[in-house]
Amino acid sequence: MNKLSEEKTLKISKIEDGIVIDHIHPGSALEVLSVLKITGKSGFTVSLLMNVRSSNGNNKDVVKIEKKKLRKKELDLISIISPNATINIVENFAIKEKFNVSLPERVDDIIKCQNQNCVTNAKEPVKTVFTMEKKGDTHLYRCHYCERTMTLEEIRNSITK
Amino acid sequence: MLKKKDIVNIGDISNEDIFKVFENASQFKKKLSKGEKIKSMDGRIMATLFFEPSTRTRLSFESAMHRLGGSVITVSEPKSSSASKGETVADTIRMASSYSDIIVMRHPMEGAARLAAEFSSVPVINGGDGSGQHPTQTLLDLFTIWEKFGNFNGLHITLAGDLKYGRTVHSLIRALNRFDATISLVSPASLEMPDHIISTLRNPERVIKSTNLDEVLNRSDVFYITRIQKERFVDLNDYAKVIGSYSFDAETVSKMKKTAIMLHPLPRVDEINPEVDNDPRAMYFRQAENGVFVRMAIVDMILGGE
Ligand SMILES: [Zn+2]
Repeated sequence: MNKLSEEKTLKISKIEDGIVIDHIHPGSALEVLSVLKITGKSGFTVSLLMNVRSSNGNNKDVVKIEKKKLRKKELDLISIISPNATINIVENFAIKEKFNVSLPERVDDIIKCQNQNCVTNAKEPVKTVFTMEKKGDTHLYRCHYCERTMTLEEIRNSITK
Repeated sequence: MLKKKDIVNIGDISNEDIFKVFENASQFKKKLSKGEKIKSMDGRIMATLFFEPSTRTRLSFESAMHRLGGSVITVSEPKSSSASKGETVADTIRMASSYSDIIVMRHPMEGAARLAAEFSSVPVINGGDGSGQHPTQTLLDLFTIWEKFGNFNGLHITLAGDLKYGRTVHSLIRALNRFDATISLVSPASLEMPDHIISTLRNPERVIKSTNLDEVLNRSDVFYITRIQKERFVDLNDYAKVIGSYSFDAETVSKMKKTAIMLHPLPRVDEINPEVDNDPRAMYFRQAENGVFVRMAIVDMILGGE
């Protein structure tokens, strides 16, 4: 992202402290808010841009959340919804840190196994554990217990439900 | 080294250990045939927890433990067990592991054995979980092939029948694919080997899919035949057609190599005609018998001195 457009984007509603989730896959901003459990009732000041032109010519969504800090689990969720998103951590109106999200190698307690006959879907005292496998360009997550795999698309559908 | 290890799936066992199991199993087989008494598990207790019935697997494990001089505790009627009172597998296993030195569990849900191993203070052997894994069945299948051929490299092995729901073939293909064997999968299109199994294979290029048994009949060294269940078919006419093209009768067997063998996890229904039972290539009864020796070897290696 070049400097000019970055300034332009942030100017729309510059935030003092918080996070800017940029380069979200166009149309996925609401899903990002949903997995972060940000409803209008959670008290955060939230700005949302959908289908705006990115510096590379493609459309993107942007979400800005004031006073918000992201935990590891929330970063994992964002990466699953939109693997190309970037995170800007803003302090005192300045970008203090900027990084790309990356798909986690291991995901604990986030994904519900879609295999109905998986033991994690019974009333057992265990959390789900999935590990990433790469097959060519696609990413699969394999359940530690039943060893079935889920695609990113299937995981997205299950976590945004 | 299997000492103190859980056996949840065949991936938990190295090739080296697989061959050790075979050597020990054939030792036990020899000793028992000579009428020798074995006492290596004297004073040890196996708990067999079968959350779904499987007479064959359970008898085989219990016989193995008794033949090693150990004893067995069990729940005689799964419906009276704690599971039907809503107790979790985790709690049942914690309880059972305080009464025993080793647990054998069979459960209808996939992943139950992995979970059990995490909650148990003693080693857990998976006796089958859902349509998931059944590693000791795989070891006895492999052992029967090994007894005949001495190796797996260079063999052509055909898995035929229901490759979708048959759990034995899911474990077996993973194990076989670790060796340099060619594997042909022959099944009706509706009962093909699932992708989530194929995707775990180390050498998928050694696997060939086919819907026609004739293509492999005169080439294969091993035919591993699984039961095709009527209940899988909505239309019984479809079942009849499938059975017609995937069953092994005298005519089919006559086209096979003289040195080939037929295996089946049993019980069989219509896939193998009893008219071929006396053919020397029919090894499925020997295979079932081998289950005891292989399970003796596994238990002895987990709990014994090794
Ligand atoms: Zn699962």
